[in-house]
Amino acid sequence: MLRYEDITVGQALPARDHTASIVQLFMYNAAIWNPHRIHFDHAYATEEEGYPAIVLDGPLQGDWIGQVVTDWIGEDASLVSFGYANRRAAYLGETMTAGGQVEEKNDDTREVKVSLFLKNAEGEVTIPGHAVVRFP
Amino acid sequence: MPELLTPEIKARIGDANPTIHVEVTRRDIQKYAVSTGQTARKYLDGDEAPPLFHFGYSMDILPPEKLRKDGIAEDKLIPPLPLKRVMAGSSDTVYHRPIRPGDKLAITRRLKDLYEKEGKSGPLIFVVTEVVVETEDGEPVLNETTSLIAR
Repeated sequence: MLRYEDITVGQALPARDHTASIVQLFMYNAAIWNPHRIHFDHAYATEEEGYPAIVLDGPLQGDWIGQVVTDWIGEDASLVSFGYANRRAAYLGETMTAGGQVEEKNDDTREVKVSLFLKNAEGEVTIPGHAVVRFP
Repeated sequence: MPELLTPEIKARIGDANPTIHVEVTRRDIQKYAVSTGQTARKYLDGDEAPPLFHFGYSMDILPPEKLRKDGIAEDKLIPPLPLKRVMAGSSDTVYHRPIRPGDKLAITRRLKDLYEKEGKSGPLIFVVTEVVVETEDGEPVLNETTSLIAR
């Protein structure tokens, strides 16, 4: 069980790698009803729009960094706020690493602020993020 | 600095799309959970929706012939901008309670702000929209603010 008292500022959240397959990307775009061709039509994405490959959806990658927080807190805390910014594109076949760390603790509200990131294989942060969780 | 945003464009601030009414199903949550690689049982079983599940509700449901060549539906909320290249997007959500199967939700998207700044390599236009999700009974569920930058 994750307890507020045991959390320290600077502590790393468990990181996780994600490598979307074309099937996973299809399922995601079907689930959110997104017909944007750069996410499933290789010829269109590369020849018409000049991308190196099929483009991973920004909100899918945002979800991956959200999971860093929801997997960490489990049922032990509730999500107060969550945000992310798409800084760089990522493409089908890339392995992205989602992680984060504890930035602040507020003993009055029992809220914990964390910073989040998604990095590519070169170690560049492609999506920074942040979240606040509240403990009972 | 030249004014890119004309009074006509700025008059659109405050406009809202018609409210969308949806009934959340367990199956929809499960599809979203599996496709995003969730590991938590409550998401995979569809007992509760992951934090960004509501994103799909902002997608218009249109036949292919009503879409642009790139597959995207025209976003009628955002007026045509003098800068065309969209370079970054961000999303910030405040949560009041999780979305669960059986919820009847009212979702309203609004153009919250349009402003311009001088960037290092030229002018930038910031487009800020807000999505408000509440139950049909008026209980707040979440507020999402999204921002796009055009250059």
